[in-house]
Amino acid sequence: MRASKSCVAILIATLCPALMYGGTISGKITYTGTPVRQKPIDMSKEPSCAKQHATPVTTETVVTGANNALENVVVYISAGADDANAPAQAVTFTQKGCQYLPHVVVLQAGQELKVVNDDQTSHNIHPLAKQNREWNKSQPPGSPAIEAKFDQPEFISVKCNIHPWMHGWFAVLKTSHYSISSNGGGFTLPNLPPGKYTVTAWHEDYGTQTQDVTISGNETKTINFAFKAKAY
Amino acid sequence: MTTCFSSASSGGSGGCEGNMSGKLFAVIVILIALASAVPIITHTFVGANVAPPQDISTHGAEIDKQMDETMIEAGLSFLAAQILLGLFVWSFAGRKNGQVKTFPGGPKYLILAAVLLVGAEAIALGAMGSKAWAKVYFQPASADALPVQVQAGQFAFYFRYAGPDGKFGAIHPDKIDEGSANFFGLDPENDIPARDDIQSGEFVIPVNKEIHLMMHAKDVGHSFYVRELRVQQDFVPGLDLSLHFTATKIGKYEIVCTQLCGLGHYNMKGYLNVVSQEDFDKWLKAQANS
Amino acid sequence: MSEASVHAVHHGPPTSFIRKHIFSLDHKVIGKQYYALALVAVVTGMVLSWIMRIHLVWPNSPIPGLGWLSKVGAPGGVVTPEYYLSLMTMHGTLMVFFVLTNAPFAAFGNYFLPIQIGAEDMAFPRFNMMSFWTTFVAFCILVTAFFVPDGPPLSGWTAYAPLSAVGSDAGPGQGLGQTLWGLSIFVFCIASLLGSLNFIATTLDLRTKGMTLARMPIVSWAWFITSCISLLAFAVLMPACLLLILDRVAGTSFFIPSGLNVSDHLQPHQGGSPLLWQHLFWFFGHPEVYIAILPAIGIVSHILICNMRRPMLSHKTIIYCMMGIGFLSYMVWGHHMFLSGMNPFSALVFSFPTLMITIPATIMTLIWLGSLYGSNLRINSASLFCIGFISMFVSGGVSGFFLAQPSIDIYLHATYFVVGHFHMVMGVAAIMGVFAGTYFWFPKMTGRMMSETLGKWHFFLTLIGTYAIFMPFHYLGLAGNVRRYSAFTDDFLVPLLPVHKFITIAALFTGAAQLIFIFNLIYSHFKGAPAPENPWECTSLEWSTPSSPPPFDNFGGQHPVVYHDPHQYGVKSSSGDYLMQTSPERAGETP
Repeated sequence: MRASKSCVAILIATLCPALMYGGTISGKITYTGTPVRQKPIDMSKEPSCAKQHATPVTTETVVTGANNALENVVVYISAGADDANAPAQAVTFTQKGCQYLPHVVVLQAGQELKVVNDDQTSHNIHPLAKQNREWNKSQPPGSPAIEAKFDQPEFISVKCNIHPWMHGWFAVLKTSHYSISSNGGGFTLPNLPPGKYTVTAWHEDYGTQTQDVTISGNETKTINFAFKAKAY
Repeated sequence: MTTCFSSASSGGSGGCEGNMSGKLFAVIVILIALASAVPIITHTFVGANVAPPQDISTHGAEIDKQMDETMIEAGLSFLAAQILLGLFVWSFAGRKNGQVKTFPGGPKYLILAAVLLVGAEAIALGAMGSKAWAKVYFQPASADALPVQVQAGQFAFYFRYAGPDGKFGAIHPDKIDEGSANFFGLDPENDIPARDDIQSGEFVIPVNKEIHLMMHAKDVGHSFYVRELRVQQDFVPGLDLSLHFTATKIGKYEIVCTQLCGLGHYNMKGYLNVVSQEDFDKWLKAQANS
Repeated sequence: MSEASVHAVHHGPPTSFIRKHIFSLDHKVIGKQYYALALVAVVTGMVLSWIMRIHLVWPNSPIPGLGWLSKVGAPGGVVTPEYYLSLMTMHGTLMVFFVLTNAPFAAFGNYFLPIQIGAEDMAFPRFNMMSFWTTFVAFCILVTAFFVPDGPPLSGWTAYAPLSAVGSDAGPGQGLGQTLWGLSIFVFCIASLLGSLNFIATTLDLRTKGMTLARMPIVSWAWFITSCISLLAFAVLMPACLLLILDRVAGTSFFIPSGLNVSDHLQPHQGGSPLLWQHLFWFFGHPEVYIAILPAIGIVSHILICNMRRPMLSHKTIIYCMMGIGFLSYMVWGHHMFLSGMNPFSALVFSFPTLMITIPATIMTLIWLGSLYGSNLRINSASLFCIGFISMFVSGGVSGFFLAQPSIDIYLHATYFVVGHFHMVMGVAAIMGVFAGTYFWFPKMTGRMMSETLGKWHFFLTLIGTYAIFMPFHYLGLAGNVRRYSAFTDDFLVPLLPVHKFITIAALFTGAAQLIFIFNLIYSHFKGAPAPENPWECTSLEWSTPSSPPPFDNFGGQHPVVYHDPHQYGVKSSSGDYLMQTSPERAGETP
């Protein structure tokens, strides 16, 4: 009996790390077809921002990378995982050079968002929320960060009331399992316990796609998403 | 504290320092009047240039002439009235029991003077001014004016050129997507004339060419004002308004919104870029290819 | 004109504290209540203007205490762009409605019209009490807009649609704040209509024996003409505000066309016209500015006659000019709309009567000047503010001559030139009329004299200060400085900041100088030298009341009989060089 107890202990000790890390879903997001060319942004009405960009920046509705990679796609577990509590750490959204950085910020419902104004001009951030409360707030230069929270999961379009070209997104999710595709188009969702999952990939213009994935142990499952580019 | 009332029997003496205060008023009022005229003539106040900028339009000369005429009439009336006020107060303030004098001719000539002088001036300026006004508003844009559309929305101006097909695509307010630079809400997928439309944040026009500016308001009231062009016109949501003008000097000029439109009203501006016809054609081509 | 029979208004003297001081039927108490409300409004409005001016030249500096008033509007005490516009909206609304309509007209008119015509009280004392308390309710509604979560409206006192009509999509303050504004003004209109009815009925019906219309003082005529204008003007503003409120809360579309995309929200309205709001508003708005200035013209004329010790060159001319201005004021509203998009031909139609209004204004000015000539002008605080008024009236008036011409308006519209123009005529000249009236009538209202020394300091500092503030506005306008901007960041505006700094400093100094007046007002109320019955030796009926302040029925149970017009100055009589209206004596030769 004593031997079996220590056997179980060793078994647990070996398996525990595997139980902690779990499975991973990863893959690549690409597009097919020809995306609309992104337009250069005329910031001439705000010279303090315009001069921060040697060449004009472009709109960020469709951001692409090498090999048809599609960036700014939010990939997350939409079913199969429990809702997660909001982490204590805040997420930052910065207004700099009259752009929102990052263009898409992902956060959890109830998680704190800090909106920072790094520019010499006033901004007035306006999250166009439909499920959450819609608000807007002015930030003169040098004023403190805005602290906000969103209780409902929602993809919220964000604009600046003063500078019409400034657009971004708050992806407010219930789950803590999310990833956003950066250059290269790759995403990864680690630390998944065994189970059946629905993975959703959301792009602000090309829409939403889902795939079902089952994780049984510590494996890495690869799924890819291919979005059809719009001609206009 | 001295008060200015008197005993009833002496009929009007009193401990007023009326003389001093009256004379002080007279001096101050005349000095202020003269001092006020100085910046009008020198175009400077506390070191800042306070004159209208140079006129770069074909219709502005009449407006400027109107302004100068009015400045002379109004300026002279202003100075005359303030100086007379000062002189009369100086002469008659604090005067006690003097012989009450009637203004020569009584009220009759004063009334006549007011009616004739002001009336004539008003009619003359009114007549002159209506010519200047007519030049801007009573003639339609000429047939070969370059049509450009401007949309005013909280808080920027965006301009649209019709592109090679010469037609403007339809505006769909529900399709406006500023983040994707679709400011006018065009639907190029379904609306063919919209496909070659050029949307621009800058108002670029060729010099010495008449422009027909069609004005559309996206949300609330705004106004289009270019000082150098001597042009100002409100946008009215729901109304198709337009302006026409010709710029005569190459350069960059500010367009500012002058109708209170919300919190960003102070920040709502754009640039008018007047370029040579050649540069304009180049720019238009570059826009089409971007 | 035959004398109106006297219908004495019998209400016994008030006994309870509430009836004496709060819900009083006595026109004198009501007049003082209007004055007190106007005082609170003007101090509030002035403080708002200081905040605005400080923000314009020191935009990133926190203003102490402001963060407490509004955490949202001024986080850390730094004014946000929308809060600047909200402060501006409240400044204009308070000043135009609660100061300029209240003080020269409702306050002094209520107090002195009945006395000047020899009546015991207004024709409808209960209406009178209701009109003050309704005005007070309107004030309270307006002030609550400061404290709602989204703050006060930012659409200006002119509240143009659709900005004011579509609701909170248009910006902060455009939700509840704007609705409260509309409600406040709607209620204010009710109060004004009641007040105007009272003034008209009183003037026509309650004149005492011998007080023909021709024997009324010029200022009573001014109040009468103003109340006629007011009746028609507020009758149009009231439904306009109602329609605005309906567009906002009931889904109507009086002022909102279809197809509006406001801040990414499509507006569910169609068929309305933004220009309709402008027409309705300015049809009221232009007569309103004459409602603000005519009483001041009357007060100044009245005080000058007494202090010049001679009648006006022609008082009938002044009265006809006031009537002419009142009549013309209804024909000119479109001069606020030259560039609004209405048919350009109408601009010329509106321009003509606007230019014509210069004529009665010029006639009056020449009559004043011509009357000063050869007079025995007594200088005291009241008469100083009268001649200060004339100076300001001229200054403010000549800039109107520019704006009356549509072609010039193309350049000057919506610039600081306009702001300078209306501040000089309304914000300074009309207020100088109120100051003149205060110094002049204070002895009658309280039985004490105000300090002449403080009054003279107040006058000279205010005269110089207001010129220093508002003359430069015209220079800014000529440079094309756009109005209603919360910050000056445009290329052509930055070089004009030194002018704005000059103005702000002048404004703060001039504002501080008003403390002299407020101190004088309060101190003299309690410690001023006792005033004789007729300290200025004037002829009109208010100076013949048996006491200062007058008894509750004004004439102590008597009904005065009037023998003369109020212009018997420079005549030989037992009282001196003047003959009171109630004196049965006949005038001797002019000395």
